[in-house]
Amino acid sequence: MEQSLQAVAALGKPAVQAIVARIRHGSWRGTALSNSPSSLRSAAGPPIVALRDVAKTFANGVEALAGLDLDVRPGEFVSLLGPSGCGKSTALRLIAGLSEPSGGAIAWRDGAARDIGFVFQEPTLMPWTTVARNVALPLSLRHVGTSGAAARVAAALDRVGLAAFRDAYPRELSGGMRMRVSIARALATDADLLLMDEPFAALDEITRFKLNNDLLAVWQALGKTVVFVTHSVFESVYLSGRIVVMTPRPGRVFKQLAIEAPYPRDERFRTSAEYAAYCRLVAEALSQAMGVAA
Amino acid sequence: MSAPERTANGGRVLRYLLPVATLVLAVAIWHLVVQIYALPPYKLPGPVLVAQTMVADWDVLSTSLVATLVTTFEGFLLAVAGGVGLAILFNLSRLIEYSLYPFAVVIQVTPVLAIAPLLLIYLPQQGAVLVCAWIVAFFPVLANTTLGLSSVDHNLADLFRLYGASRTQVLFRLKLPSALPHILAGIRIAGGLSLVGAVVAEIAAGSAGAGSGLAFRIAEAGYRLNIPRMFAALILLSISGIVIFFALSGLSHLMLRRWHESAVARDA
Repeated sequence: MEQSLQAVAALGKPAVQAIVARIRHGSWRGTALSNSPSSLRSAAGPPIVALRDVAKTFANGVEALAGLDLDVRPGEFVSLLGPSGCGKSTALRLIAGLSEPSGGAIAWRDGAARDIGFVFQEPTLMPWTTVARNVALPLSLRHVGTSGAAARVAAALDRVGLAAFRDAYPRELSGGMRMRVSIARALATDADLLLMDEPFAALDEITRFKLNNDLLAVWQALGKTVVFVTHSVFESVYLSGRIVVMTPRPGRVFKQLAIEAPYPRDERFRTSAEYAAYCRLVAEALSQAMGVAA
Repeated sequence: MSAPERTANGGRVLRYLLPVATLVLAVAIWHLVVQIYALPPYKLPGPVLVAQTMVADWDVLSTSLVATLVTTFEGFLLAVAGGVGLAILFNLSRLIEYSLYPFAVVIQVTPVLAIAPLLLIYLPQQGAVLVCAWIVAFFPVLANTTLGLSSVDHNLADLFRLYGASRTQVLFRLKLPSALPHILAGIRIAGGLSLVGAVVAEIAAGSAGAGSGLAFRIAEAGYRLNIPRMFAALILLSISGIVIFFALSGLSHLMLRRWHESAVARDA
């Protein structure tokens, strides 16, 4: 974390500074930067899920979240960014229904069943069975017929570029490939909402960049909504349409930033002055958030 | 052939060659000691005499071997079924676990040699021998399976919950497969122990004057100072134990070789 903040601080080139100033001023790509959610409508329609004043206190007394407000709108790619211990993973688990909030409400859009694909920080595959059966797990648990399931598994594996590895066992794959299997499994049920909990944190940089690109391609092609938890400023700026910066202990929203750079994004964006400017703004917001907590 | 490959092959050859060489050496020393000191067979029979006895008494010994192996095998199967079954029951219900687990421990820590005479009073001999084999062998299966069932990857458990898995699905598709390496470890121990249980019970029963297993033959031959036959029966028991161990290790390897770290060969 420290390292990345220093790296961003070093991005002091005049071009970057000029863009930073224009983003702040609201004259960059014609957008305004503000904390008010209404100005951040990068995606249309009512929220798929809305968290209102959500609190979570664990049995050991640790206050993970307090007064968390968050809207997730259809089709958007939103990142929860914050230092470890800011409750971003807890927020994701609450949305997934894996944990119950101790206060506040989580409201789902009418008609939106709680249909979710979840990707953990670890690939979380069943080591005793093949890639195809791992991807098929959500379908077979719901008794989806084998012929229908097989087609969806094949499509999901194809989508992450692992069609040739359907009969391999997880241990025979690299870390990046295992994570791809995990993503394919989240895609298998064709859920609208993908929740991703620091999925690439354990991967090397080359693999992470590749998976960032592939994830964006999948997101754009399938029109999913993604809530992505990360502690990397660079990753959140590269991927997201909106970044929610959170403060630690207890976790709550500190600031929301729209990243207006158009999709599709590629390596050119990663090396652009605009990317550097956004990284700088987000890193500033993050260090303020940590300062608030300290 | 590259250098590391040669070392790997050399290592494998040594692994099989060295124990065989040691065994041959030990038997040779045994033979020489008996020859040099001209020991009488009732003190220490030489390996040749033991081998001759094995052939000469094969009719008696083989019948007893089959009897002991049948008991061992039945006790082993009951131990596996009982151990895994109880562990599943404990895993499904805390109440049952708290009520019964202490008794499982009591059965385990009470020396089976002390329980056997009592069992022989209340049960027909074959039944008592079987129960002894079961008592000795079931606990490692129970303990290992319990450990395995409760060491499921938490994220995988969350995933099953997220996708609305039923309790049955969680048991058969998550917990039991996760526990398989532990269960197999328990089963490997149980294989050897069920032979121990069978032998202990036969010895106990043998002094009561009935029985036909190998351990009974050892006790009987001991009373008659037929030391060569004692050795022959002992060697058969030993070989049985070794065969059981390797058979179960092979089974475990077959079932885990595609996925578990313990069974996967690594390239150096």
